[in-house]
Amino acid sequence: MANTHAQTIRAFIVGRHPQAELTDDQDIFSLGFINSLFAMELVMFIEKEFGVSLPNDELRIDNFRTVSSMAELVERRLAGAVSA
Amino acid sequence: MSVIGVVGAGVMGVGVAQNLAQCGYDVVLVDKDEETLDAARATITRNCRMSALMGGPALDADEILARITTAVGVGALAKASTVIENVTENWEIKQRVHREIDEVCAPDTVVIVNTSAIPITRVASLSSRPAQTVGVHFMNPVPAKPVVELIPGVHTSQETVQRTRDLLTGMGKKAVEVKDSAGFVSNRVLMLTVNEAAYLVHEGVATAEQVDEVFRGCFGHPMGPLETADLIGVDTILYSVEVLYEHYADSKYRPCPLLKQMTDAGLHGRKSGRGFYTYDG
Repeated sequence: MANTHAQTIRAFIVGRHPQAELTDDQDIFSLGFINSLFAMELVMFIEKEFGVSLPNDELRIDNFRTVSSMAELVERRLAGAVSA
Repeated sequence: MSVIGVVGAGVMGVGVAQNLAQCGYDVVLVDKDEETLDAARATITRNCRMSALMGGPALDADEILARITTAVGVGALAKASTVIENVTENWEIKQRVHREIDEVCAPDTVVIVNTSAIPITRVASLSSRPAQTVGVHFMNPVPAKPVVELIPGVHTSQETVQRTRDLLTGMGKKAVEVKDSAGFVSNRVLMLTVNEAAYLVHEGVATAEQVDEVFRGCFGHPMGPLETADLIGVDTILYSVEVLYEHYADSKYRPCPLLKQMTDAGLHGRKSGRGFYTYDG
């Protein structure tokens, strides 16, 4: 599942940065993709697309640094929602 | 600590109010209706959530909102030691609001005009205390931008400048003091750049993407001028260029017809979903 999540998240980012060639492990902060508006769009996209809520303590750079880390965050939140 | 009045709960006013509250000041934020003030509180909550993700401090929205009182109308400014006015860059509106501020505020209140284009001396001419009127051009997003332009008008006193500097220091800002001149430093250069970039698209010399790629790639700018225009608002860019054109009567500030057409067509950039680029959601 994480793999599918990663594809969806990558497609969203590449949709906003069509010139980018982005792998799942590249740091999107160091690539300069992230400004405050895009970060907010990304959080809103993840919450809406995957039906998860992201509490404040999960809104950390480490969770959003790469496509993989975002996919893992989604997995974790989905698992938490099921077990809760 | 005394209360700081913030007038206008748009993008800039909300940023100023949040920045002040983050730095421990008590704030009274006023606008013309409750809906705008409700939206302002929601924006501050969202901004606080996003802060840590953007490399800023982790912020507790409840704690920050607890320092901000909101009120409809300027009456609540009577108790403020300093008022920061952030209404839209429209001379008619600025005039009306500054006359109201002048009537309601205590005699020793410092009135800060947050503007990117309108001369401070012109605003001070509306006030019964021009010595206490001073300009500060805050940048957006306010809490994240460490430098501002500080602009004394012709009659602004040294005491007012010092009180303003102290407040800015308390907000974590460095002030670059420049003389009063429509557009100051930042927008005399930036608006010309964006206007000329729009001409390049208008004349078919380059696409918006190409213009922005040149600025990002060649100069290392994080955003190109037309992405910046979409962020600021194409309509706001047009109004700012028009202010400069009117003030200096210099043809170098002639507004690009494409900016006018886009403004008329509602293509105002990110806030309307489409400008030089298209945005989802």
